[in-house]
Amino acid sequence: MKTMMKLISGAALAMALGAGAAHAQVLFWSTQAKPVEETQKMRDQVLSGFEGGVDYQPQDDGPWLTRVQAELQAGSGTIGVLGALHGSLSSLAADLVDLSDVDLGGAKVNEAYRELATLDTGEQKYLPWMQATYIMAANKKALEFLPEGTDLDTITYDQLTAWSKNLAEKTGSPKFGFPGGPDGLKHRFFQGFLVPSYTKSMVTKFRSAEAEAGWNKFKELWQYTNPNSTNYAFMQQPLLTEEVWVAFDHVARLADAFNQKPDDFVAFPAPAGPAGRGFMPVVAGVAIPKTAPDMDKAKALVAYMLKPETQIATLRATNFFPVVEVTLPDDMPNSVKLSAPAVAAMTGAEDALPALLPIGLGDLGGKFNQVYTDTYERIVLGGQDVRAVLDEQADVLRGLLEQAKAPCWAPDAPSQGACPVE
Amino acid sequence: MTRSKALPYLLLAPATLFLCVFFLYPFVLVAHEAVTRDGAYTFANFRTMAEHWKFPATFWNTMLLAIVVVPLQLVLALTMASIVSRVESGRGAILYIFAIPLGISDLAAGLIWLAIFEQSGFLNTWLVGLGVADQPVMFLGYQSKLSIFVAVVLAEVWRATAIMMVILVAGMGLIPKEYGEAAEVFGASAWKRFTRVTLPLLRPSLQTAIILRVILAFEVFAVVAALGGTNLPVLMGETYHWQFALQDRNVAAAYAMLILAISIGFTLFFLYALRVPKEARP
Repeated sequence: MKTMMKLISGAALAMALGAGAAHAQVLFWSTQAKPVEETQKMRDQVLSGFEGGVDYQPQDDGPWLTRVQAELQAGSGTIGVLGALHGSLSSLAADLVDLSDVDLGGAKVNEAYRELATLDTGEQKYLPWMQATYIMAANKKALEFLPEGTDLDTITYDQLTAWSKNLAEKTGSPKFGFPGGPDGLKHRFFQGFLVPSYTKSMVTKFRSAEAEAGWNKFKELWQYTNPNSTNYAFMQQPLLTEEVWVAFDHVARLADAFNQKPDDFVAFPAPAGPAGRGFMPVVAGVAIPKTAPDMDKAKALVAYMLKPETQIATLRATNFFPVVEVTLPDDMPNSVKLSAPAVAAMTGAEDALPALLPIGLGDLGGKFNQVYTDTYERIVLGGQDVRAVLDEQADVLRGLLEQAKAPCWAPDAPSQGACPVE
Repeated sequence: MTRSKALPYLLLAPATLFLCVFFLYPFVLVAHEAVTRDGAYTFANFRTMAEHWKFPATFWNTMLLAIVVVPLQLVLALTMASIVSRVESGRGAILYIFAIPLGISDLAAGLIWLAIFEQSGFLNTWLVGLGVADQPVMFLGYQSKLSIFVAVVLAEVWRATAIMMVILVAGMGLIPKEYGEAAEVFGASAWKRFTRVTLPLLRPSLQTAIILRVILAFEVFAVVAALGGTNLPVLMGETYHWQFALQDRNVAAAYAMLILAISIGFTLFFLYALRVPKEARP
């Protein structure tokens, strides 16, 4: 009996200590760096230097938001710092603490992103944390099939289609790959790349004749696309197994391929259409919810995330690029060495047409993405009539924007009231 | 005396309380969400659900899966249960081997079958290695809905037949041997003994097994998600999608209610169809 009592009290003590230790750490609730290896690197290499400890917990967007909302509704919480993409944070604007008084110790933050992070409230609702975008990657074996006169740095959708056709016909099977699986970032391709490249718009000209032309071009490209594309999530895997030779994806989702076989691959900008080289910059931010248990410590963690050393460590861990001025050391991973020039060529191209992630949609962001995914599934996979599908989906899109009362964002011209769908 | 009368209810109380707090209460909340939108009572959620372009495919995929999978499993489970009840030595070993898939989560089961059917999976490696196919066949591509369907059926049969078998084995153990022996004396063949003696007496277990399986069949989710992604939409997958990707818990609740209604409908049907007549009850 005595030993039993000892055991129980010992266990209770251990639990109390454990709970105490966990409580002192700042809970970093994030939608980024979700893959296990990245999470581990975030914990071991990026956050281990923060005094006081961090409990880094990445989650899918849905459960992430559910817990944040639950804590906000309850009026008290355990989350210290939030990490998420611009779009997710913008839906929480009213419940985020103003971060303009955070001492960044001389780190020079990208001004455009800093402005974006005010969410038009005049307060610093979040601080930019890291950035990325999407590029193209190709196996060097594919280069001999490039149509004549094609320069990878200025490639167009027509040339990409001709190239993919060449590849499919001359190698016997389709070699272009596309992240069209349930966890693939296909919607970003349509929102930020295909549609803007043909219409100079993401929303307003959704059902225009130009958009129709763009979808038809993609349908043509799809004939030379590996049909397994509807299962791909991260293009680095099929690139490494050589199931596909040419692919489009997020830089972070191509990194493994570049790192493991740097000599096999080239990186190049996303293609251009008649209206320009549409591309989507991705900005993630760190924010503090009103319900954070220890405000000072949370702010210290935010400042820590923006230190140049932390930013470089974050780049190594996640393949997301810094948002503060840093000099990159020479020993960066191959993925960075390969993708950095492609990103620079794309963002600095004469016909560059940045298309921002949706702004002001709040929790309708998922449905906004679904409009583009549905359009793709119906037109490309279902073979339905392009005109009819665009008309129907445009109605859904209009309904969403009116419900959210979201004004237009780049590349669409600013609007009074909800962004119109013509 | 009074104490012993209250005892059964006292023993049931924790379970009842548990069900009320963790099942009944959330269920009422979900049901409420399904019929409200922005605080007002409405059927708009059900309309949104039914009018979505994917809904018909989703509904029929789920139905078809249940209609194909459950009878297949029933036949297999009966066969397996008969084998297990018949053998003398090694009965335990066979039972355990048959039941192995039960110990594996449904997502893991889906992933196992994904490793088989993938473009670079086991099946393709064999086919190419044996020279049957020149290059890997795409079994799970978006154009081959049929082969996705077949893969899901195989995975489901492999994964969940054992649960029916376990119930049926228990049921067969309860049937007194005398009936079968009597039938044998009168010259009934093995098949006749099975259809005329075992099956009718197995009715209560059959009922339980079928109802349990049918309900689970309408909740099929992880296996389909692993093998078909969004290429083979099913009701449970859409529920998840509306809740987490589209952030619309009202429509997700409507889906949940639909699944519940279908499950209740089928349960009532089997309760009636496989009822044991009053005069046959012991």
